[in-house]
Amino acid sequence: MDHSPDILIVGGGNAALCAAITAREAGARVLLLEGAPKPYRGGNSRHTRNFRCMHAGPQGVLTGEYDEDEYFEDLLKVTGGKTDETLARMTIRASEGCYGWMQAHGVHFQPSLSGTLSLSRTNAFFLGGGKALVNAYYLTAQDLGVEIAYEAEVTHLDHDGTRIHAVEANIGGERVSLKPRAVIVASGGFQADLDWLADAWGPAARNFLIRGTPYNRGTVLKDLLDQGIQSVGDPTQCHAVAIDGRAPKFDGGIVTRLDCVPFAVVVNKDGQRFYDEGEDVWPKRYAIWGRLVAAQPDQVAYAVIDAKSLNLFMPSVFPPVQADTIEGLGQRLGLPGDAFKSTVERFNAACRDGAFHPTELDGLATAGLEPPKTNWARPISEPPFYGYELRPGVTFTYLGLRVDEGAQVQGAEGPVENLWAAGEIMAGSILGQGYLAGFGMTIGTVFGRLAGEGAAAYVT
Amino acid sequence: MSPDLIAEARRQVEICNACRYCEGYCSVFPAITRQRAFADGDLTQLANLCHNCRGCYYACQYTEPHEFALNLPRVLAEVRHESWKEHAWPRGFARLYDRSGGVIALLIVISTALLFAVAQALRPDSGEGFYAYMSHSLMVAIFAPAFLLPLAAVGISLRRYWQHVGGGALTLATARDAFSATAHMRNLSGGHGEGCNFEDGERYSNARRWFHQATLLGFVLCFASTSSGTVLHYGFGLEAPYGFWSLPKLLGVPGGILLCIGTAGLAYLKTKADRTLGAPAVWGGEMAFVALLFAVSLTGLVLYAATGTGAVAWLLPVHLGTVLALFLLTPYSKMAHGFYRLTALMADAGKRAA
Repeated sequence: MDHSPDILIVGGGNAALCAAITAREAGARVLLLEGAPKPYRGGNSRHTRNFRCMHAGPQGVLTGEYDEDEYFEDLLKVTGGKTDETLARMTIRASEGCYGWMQAHGVHFQPSLSGTLSLSRTNAFFLGGGKALVNAYYLTAQDLGVEIAYEAEVTHLDHDGTRIHAVEANIGGERVSLKPRAVIVASGGFQADLDWLADAWGPAARNFLIRGTPYNRGTVLKDLLDQGIQSVGDPTQCHAVAIDGRAPKFDGGIVTRLDCVPFAVVVNKDGQRFYDEGEDVWPKRYAIWGRLVAAQPDQVAYAVIDAKSLNLFMPSVFPPVQADTIEGLGQRLGLPGDAFKSTVERFNAACRDGAFHPTELDGLATAGLEPPKTNWARPISEPPFYGYELRPGVTFTYLGLRVDEGAQVQGAEGPVENLWAAGEIMAGSILGQGYLAGFGMTIGTVFGRLAGEGAAAYVT
Repeated sequence: MSPDLIAEARRQVEICNACRYCEGYCSVFPAITRQRAFADGDLTQLANLCHNCRGCYYACQYTEPHEFALNLPRVLAEVRHESWKEHAWPRGFARLYDRSGGVIALLIVISTALLFAVAQALRPDSGEGFYAYMSHSLMVAIFAPAFLLPLAAVGISLRRYWQHVGGGALTLATARDAFSATAHMRNLSGGHGEGCNFEDGERYSNARRWFHQATLLGFVLCFASTSSGTVLHYGFGLEAPYGFWSLPKLLGVPGGILLCIGTAGLAYLKTKADRTLGAPAVWGGEMAFVALLFAVSLTGLVLYAATGTGAVAWLLPVHLGTVLALFLLTPYSKMAHGFYRLTALMADAGKRAA
């Protein structure tokens, strides 16, 4: 292994690979260190499925048009203004050119997946999903001559105030000291470090499920912040959604999502309702439900539907718990029988007649119930009854490194001469709150390429 | 079908249906999304629709060591194999599938020896070309039933398959769709035209698609060559041997060459591919089948080259012996896959249109 590459890339997901390919094509000698073993390479990128792309007219699999202002408006809505407008607009504009670049480097797109038609205009789906994209980039990087090491965890970047002059890593169980001329960090957030998560959020975080890779432990992020690198993003917050409570602790990915809440009655472990299940369509509410469930005792909730709603949402990865009576279902879910039964009875009594439209806000609301259910409120009355356990699933964390428009990392006294960042580790600059589907991959691609260009220009 | 196997296939397909990332690869995934619950017949249909391109395996974030342990190409290959056994007719012959390798070898030896003995015993007094060694009527007496009876058995199996998977009405449009998918090997295109993931890990390649089509086209040309000979014989009174510029030879020689190239290529790719992404238990049998097809085409070409020499005396029984083995095993070997696949494509076209 080359211990003094021109450019060392820390991380092995989308942003890292875009940076590696770009830098190598610019003529630099590149070494990429992926912390995970090969089957798990690619960080959270392996669980993604699309990227959000600005375009002036139909482009490839993208329909219609999606201009800068609309894209930025969408970002403002989800972040509540917690974004850096200059960086955000720059990213949005750059997304347009990413489509062709990605194709040229082996990524294939496919039309919007069934059940996601609402995204066909704004998001380009990767054929086979994020792991297929990651595979394509690894092959491209390999063919270009990027050196790649797996199970290579970077533990320390030695920052002397102006530049990184050495990098410590653990490669295949061996301690290695590297002297690259420039470094690009693209090693994700810290959501897989449960201790850190518990420090930031509170002890309840230990009950959270982590939707993505167990290898995003934020080692390099913490190391750099400890050395005075400027941070962005709320250090206490993470993006969490309500997912199937039976999902694995790590890496459950997309299949653990549950779309049944709008058609359900949701109770906590005491059998009590706690929020309006029908407030809005699910794509606009799933993230709120992550926090809602996190605030319930033991960070768990139960969504209950009846036979008439079973086919209204995407199939779940695990079959639901099923029973012919409400009492029986309560028993199987481990809920206090009387409380659960009376919650359902009160809910059913509060439902009114009216037209039910599963795909739009139908205004079919409960009357005289607290909290109300303001859409899709139909009595839970037709057996068999089905129950799904819900838990908060963490997607990513917001705390990151501050970068400039060239992806260069900012120290206490200005930019670090030879350090760039891309992907989740800097996304908090642009995405300070909430989430916009496919925007993480856009940030990773845009900043990965920028970091690759910047670092390559510095070393060549 | 083993209940464990079908339950495992159901478990995996249900995870796929909650994910759907692979929709663009082939016909299997759109078929999955049309359903929510999967009966045994549905899983059998998915299994026969799968061309084992493996795109989904390499794209899957849930393969081992992930605890979901998905390996859809393998479980579908295993269900596919079991489904052929289940639909085999007569039922007693189903077990031949599991011993394809040995059965093929044995049958070649027996049929070759038999034909050799018959040729010796009933050698005609006169006749040209190979008819000097075996009369036309004797060949017809052996090969007409050896060809038609297995075909009838396949027909019965397909009918049962169609009922099991709920094929519905067969229309011209669905048939056309299925033949077009076969002609283009659409399900080995990867959805993007760069092919499948077979011989070189996650790298896409069209090699298998090309070799398969060479095999298929070669087979069709050889079949057409024999058919044209039959037409010339009975329709026009033109008997073999035929010269090079005759229809049987103009179809047969390129057909034989294509078949040789295609099967040799497929066998080579098969040695490169990861066996655990197919049904490992039947790997040997599948390989033996490819070798049999290769032997049929090679001995055919050699026989033609040897025209007029004494070698025809033993080359003829060898070639006819391989052909006889191929015919007889059509319903109980990998040869059946073509019939089932085409049927599955027709059923799928119908379900899509419904």
